[in-house]
Amino acid sequence: MSGTGPNFVPRSLPGGRSSSDISHHVLSVLVENRAGVLARVAQLFSRRGYNIYSLAVAPTDDERFSRLTVVVDLESVTLEQITKQLHKLINVIKITEIDPLDAVEQELLLAVVAADVQTRSQILELAGIFGAKVLDVGLERLTLALADTPEKLDDFTELIKIFGIVEVQRTGRVALAKLNRSGPRSGVSRGKAS
Amino acid sequence: MKLTGAQALIKSLEMQGVEVMFGLPGGAILPVYDPIIDSPIRHILVRHEQGAGHMAEGYAQATNKPGVAMVTSGPAATNIVTPLANAYMDSTPMVVITGQVATSSIGTDAFQEADTTGITMSITKHNWLVTDASELPEVVAEAFHVATTGRPGPVLIDLPKDVSNQMMDWYWPEIVDLPGYKPNTKGHPRSIASAARMIKEASRPVFYVGGGVLKANGSAALAALVAKTGIPVVTTLMARGAFPDDHPLCLAMPGMHGNYTAVTAMQKADLLIALGARFDDRVTGKVSGFAPGAKIIHVDIDPAELGKVRKPDVPIVGDVRLVIEDLIEALDRGEAGEMPQADLEGWIRQIQAWQELNPLSYDRDPSDGSLKPQYVVETLSSLTPDGTILASGVGQHQMWASQYWRFNHPNTWVNSGGLGTMGYAIPAAIGAKVGRPDKMVWAVDGDGCFQMTAQELVTASAERIPVKIALLNNAYLGMVRQWQEMFYQERYSEVYLSPDLPDYVKWAEAMGCVAFRVESQEEVAPAIEKANEINDKPVVIEFRIDSREKVFPMVPSGASNDEIVLGPKYGGAS
Ligand SMILES: Cc1ncc(C[n+]2csc(CCOP(=O)(O)OP(=O)(O)O)c2C)c(N)n1
Ligand SMILES: [Mg+2]
Repeated sequence: MSGTGPNFVPRSLPGGRSSSDISHHVLSVLVENRAGVLARVAQLFSRRGYNIYSLAVAPTDDERFSRLTVVVDLESVTLEQITKQLHKLINVIKITEIDPLDAVEQELLLAVVAADVQTRSQILELAGIFGAKVLDVGLERLTLALADTPEKLDDFTELIKIFGIVEVQRTGRVALAKLNRSGPRSGVSRGKAS
Repeated sequence: MKLTGAQALIKSLEMQGVEVMFGLPGGAILPVYDPIIDSPIRHILVRHEQGAGHMAEGYAQATNKPGVAMVTSGPAATNIVTPLANAYMDSTPMVVITGQVATSSIGTDAFQEADTTGITMSITKHNWLVTDASELPEVVAEAFHVATTGRPGPVLIDLPKDVSNQMMDWYWPEIVDLPGYKPNTKGHPRSIASAARMIKEASRPVFYVGGGVLKANGSAALAALVAKTGIPVVTTLMARGAFPDDHPLCLAMPGMHGNYTAVTAMQKADLLIALGARFDDRVTGKVSGFAPGAKIIHVDIDPAELGKVRKPDVPIVGDVRLVIEDLIEALDRGEAGEMPQADLEGWIRQIQAWQELNPLSYDRDPSDGSLKPQYVVETLSSLTPDGTILASGVGQHQMWASQYWRFNHPNTWVNSGGLGTMGYAIPAAIGAKVGRPDKMVWAVDGDGCFQMTAQELVTASAERIPVKIALLNNAYLGMVRQWQEMFYQERYSEVYLSPDLPDYVKWAEAMGCVAFRVESQEEVAPAIEKANEINDKPVVIEFRIDSREKVFPMVPSGASNDEIVLGPKYGGAS
């Protein structure tokens, strides 16, 4: 049954792929706000063998709808096939494919870093450079928060690794198309499926 | 008007025009079984819930109307999972209603609780867990809408017991509004125009006709398109009957057990016009070797099918009947209208030569006096009235049925294609007969399949549904035996069943059927004629056929269609 698992790809891939990997695509999926919608989307990915790199779910300003931001990992199937299959879910209203080059993206990272008397100031300096916030201070540890682009989060993680990461959590990205200034290429909405 | 949820459900089914439903009661669905007593809807009590599901499917395949089944929670819901998966694969419209434990008990591992909507999520087009009785009319209307429009398919309504008992104010929704579901039925005119030009230009075109043509009621339109273009047609396993076998341009079934001409015509084609077909692996063989020189026009109501397996040159999303009608007009219009159609004479001659060279064949006069299954099917086909409905199980007998029966009318072939569900024949035949009481309904079944769902013959006897079963008893799980013979060096593993255990005649009689056994060629026709006379009871004829007979031609699994194996050649074929 290899290759048909739950398809949540671990963050650190052997090949050293990062968040900005070429095979990643961002889909912004507007769904009806109903019980079981997330399960339907997750099961579709699992059953068809598509890989989810990250998934974020949030309410929208209209309480009838929620928005999923799915970063998909394209290995054997095309993005077109994934969006078409997603469209077949009755509760899926609209799918917007967001080109990472034409999007504003943010992700939140929380990290507990080993920080003794000697290293603490260096860590704080680094946090300052990245604009990370200190959420909690312990005797030998610091909890930091950073909200930024996934790539910045990757860089930050690399750098604090040197001090020793005790625990790290990321939310998965949320994304919106850049605002229209000179005719963006983003926001291509695909046709409705049967 | 105040109704209970249960009453509202039954009334909603009546509003949908449901005439018959198949089911079996139990605890969680009990409240709904009470108003059935007063409803004009006919309820057919099955002996196993799998039977209810397949009957609903058979009903739908024979009538093109949605089949309805109703069962209780837990084990009954899991028993109907196979029919749901089957209907999903074959795009058969079906509405299944399952009882569920009370809303307050959901999630507590209550008695007979199963996560029915979770289990069936990936094998239904959509499903609903109803949590308030006031939702019921709306959910029923949505369920029938989803099941029957776009690409048809099964849906499921899960109904907790307390919701069935809850009071609600009756209403009936005038319109169904699902913001995320708007199937596109009209093909794009520009794509249709370029398809028309490609059709005019092609010198070796083939219509690759799938089950979608039947779902769309597109047979008459297809016949007109063929008449206009003179292009030959293959009908897949799901499309048998969508175009008449007796038509000179009908090449019949392609695929793993398709005939040489249908397979080869697709391989050599320069244009395949796929109509409601999905490039299934049983049709394409090794995809990279499939129809290598062909351009593809692919028409389907489901956009996800376009490009899923093979990238089309011209994709057209739409209802296949409407697209065919538009295509017929487009052939006379604009640029295409001014183009002459390429001369197909050479192509047709080539096809006829293939037909003469490698027709379907079997030993019509076996020296050992054994009874050949192909002979049984051929004789059955010729002795039954035009328009007879044929159901089938899954295995060798299914392939012989599809190869040797002459299909000349749409919706006369009721079989399990995508899922390949053994045991489909008997309940599906019963469902078909219920839907089309005016037609004779036969099933060709295997001995392995028969043992999986035979109990539904009790249902048929009790409900006076006179289906007729031609049981091709080869004492084996024959299709598996064939693979072991051909690909596992005749190492037969767990495929032997026995010719006389059980005694099929006694068993059938015990279930209220008329039954006889046929062991030689001479007995075949008289037995069928006798069965045709019986109209008040189900009939089972057990044909003791040659165990060694194999299905040919055959494209070995994973091989290219060019590697088709023809099998032994016999003279004197039709
Ligand atoms: C439910 C189910 N189990 C197993 C199979 C695998 N299978 C396919 S054909 C076949 C043999 C069917 O035997 P029988 O009904 O006697 O038909 P025959 O091939 O002998 O004509 C089997 C076991 C299946 N298709 N469906
Ligand atoms: Mg058998």
